[in-house]
Amino acid sequence: MKRLSFIFDDKLGIPLLIALGAAMIMVPVLNLMVPETNFFHVSTFTMSLWGKYLTYAMLAMAVDLVWGYLGILSLGHGVFFGLGGYAMGMYLMRQIGTRGEYGHPILPDFMVFLNWDKLPWFWHGFDMFPFAAVMIVLVPCLLALVFGWLAFKSRVTGVYLSIITQALTYSLMLAFFRNEMGFGGNNGLTDFKDLLGFSLLSDGTKAGLFAVTAGCLILAYLACRYLVSSKLGRVLAAIRDAEDRVRFLGYNVETVKLWVFVFSAGLAGIAGALYVPQVGIINPSEFSPLNSIEIVVWVAVGGRGTLYGAVAGALVVNWAKSYLTGALPDAWLFALGALFIVVTIFLPKGIAGLIRLRKEAA
Amino acid sequence: MIQPLKAFREFWPRDRVFDFLIPEIPPVLDTSHRVILYLEGISVSFDGFKAINDLNLYVDKGELRCIIGPNGAGKTTMMDIITGKTKPDSGIAWFGQTINLLSRTEPEIAEAGIGRKFQKPTVFEAHTVFENLELAMASDKRVVPTLFSSLTGEQKDMIDQTLEIVGLSESFKSRAGSLSHGQKQWLEIGMLLMQKPVLLLVDEPVAGMTRQEMEKTAELLTSLAGNRSIIVVEHDMDFVRSIARKVTVLHQGSILAEGNMDDIQNNPKVREVYLGE
Ligand SMILES: Nc1ncnc2c1ncn2[C@@H]1O[C@H](COP(=O)(O)OP(=O)(O)O)[C@@H](O)[C@H]1O
Ligand SMILES: [Mg+2]
Repeated sequence: MKRLSFIFDDKLGIPLLIALGAAMIMVPVLNLMVPETNFFHVSTFTMSLWGKYLTYAMLAMAVDLVWGYLGILSLGHGVFFGLGGYAMGMYLMRQIGTRGEYGHPILPDFMVFLNWDKLPWFWHGFDMFPFAAVMIVLVPCLLALVFGWLAFKSRVTGVYLSIITQALTYSLMLAFFRNEMGFGGNNGLTDFKDLLGFSLLSDGTKAGLFAVTAGCLILAYLACRYLVSSKLGRVLAAIRDAEDRVRFLGYNVETVKLWVFVFSAGLAGIAGALYVPQVGIINPSEFSPLNSIEIVVWVAVGGRGTLYGAVAGALVVNWAKSYLTGALPDAWLFALGALFIVVTIFLPKGIAGLIRLRKEAA
Repeated sequence: MIQPLKAFREFWPRDRVFDFLIPEIPPVLDTSHRVILYLEGISVSFDGFKAINDLNLYVDKGELRCIIGPNGAGKTTMMDIITGKTKPDSGIAWFGQTINLLSRTEPEIAEAGIGRKFQKPTVFEAHTVFENLELAMASDKRVVPTLFSSLTGEQKDMIDQTLEIVGLSESFKSRAGSLSHGQKQWLEIGMLLMQKPVLLLVDEPVAGMTRQEMEKTAELLTSLAGNRSIIVVEHDMDFVRSIARKVTVLHQGSILAEGNMDDIQNNPKVREVYLGE
């Protein structure tokens, strides 16, 4: 019991986990088993949409870990999400085989179109799922390791760190836009056919993807929760509040930052990999600096430093975004900006803070 | 024939181990001569300005020593030298008989048993008092052991004891940010104690404290001496009088006078430079 206290002490996290667990089972059931005419039927479109939101929720959690707990405002987590997505996209491209427009057995369409005659070296191995699965985590982690090592060892902190994370995501966007890079240029990777032999067009596969995403989110939540309620988690918050003091106590602050940053990047990579088959495309716009800023807004709206707040924030803001872009297409950016301002001024602890306040009042 | 061989043998005895093959064991603290800290002929200058000038100071094991002196006398700089933050231009500094402080880094010196409280108090405001002490506790501070660490009964007892010593037993569950200024200072002293130091350096502990808090701090520091040596730097003369057995007056980077409080107060040189007469 004591060893599981990291779950049970999390008063607001438990309802969230129960809701996610219920959604993981019920949404696919309501989609596949309940006839379309029934009131309780969940359409495939809605299911995939919420599947996408769940990947955003995982991404938001990764950002909350470094921002809410460690105090590093990363404005570049879209990079790790995008790289995980591209790794998954490369696997899905290789699965197309001769079914592409040009019917080339090995080369994806865009390479045939560019008159390339052989696969670039970094595309090798992506026809095997286990290899791709490793790359989904490894590539974002490696980039985070190198970037973090350079940034933390030279003690870059605060606004300066935020700015260089923006620069990182911007430079990757420019690089991936170029055709010579070998990632499909501005069209990105798309026209996927199947994943592990399951057709991506079938409802069954989409329901499966939804369930897997919800399951991954639950596992990731538990892992993060374990981390933040450990002594290491308390060290993280201590670094956020008084970095020098922690150093003086004998902890290696740079190493702690580095490993948590790398872990967070890995989570973001997995989220990106789950995102791509559900939306059917990955292109360089995922690296746009604005995307990374949006993630931070989700976390701020949900309430940082709580994990469940990040999940709730990502779901609520994205649901609102879908609603608003449908109703008033031009208003979304203004709404997002207004939301951020309102939250920072009136709700510094986000939705999570509001709920906790009500609980304490009751 | 045998004779020269025998003579030669002396140079390669079989039980000999070359020096470079012997693993370097960090020397243990040796205070068999009663003295725990030796500073001899220390000088430091910053851009030509001599902040410390031929300073000699000896502190005994278990002693509670007060250092007083006007602003800029070099008190904080002296602590910087002892803790390895500043390297002196000349002089020697030893911790006991065996540990040369000048050849060690800050964490190594902390490891050897010298703890330090800085002038400005810093505790982890978002954490509880208990957690603050837990984080400070002497333990394996690497990432993975920290992730999987859990408190043993022994460690809990140690935290409880420390809470008692610094008088925060009742507020162990409170967030450190909600403590009064004085309580924060005590918590920080408690955090120092969790690192099990042999020598404690305390820089201006009662700045900004109320009279009552000051009295409690004096009590706390006197009770801590004996098991550990403590060096307290302080401005407040009443406070110094209430704790000090031996006082050292620092002026322009060197020692002006040393003795008990009465001697110091009657010393004409001290009255001239420090008490402003
Ligand atoms: N890093 C430094 N660079 C330049 N001057 C310094 C430095 N540290 C201390 N000093 C100077 O050395 C003198 C002694 O300072 P300090 O040890 O802080 O005095 P105090 O006795 O008030 O603690 C002061 O004049 C101060 O300006
Ligand atoms: Mg000073």
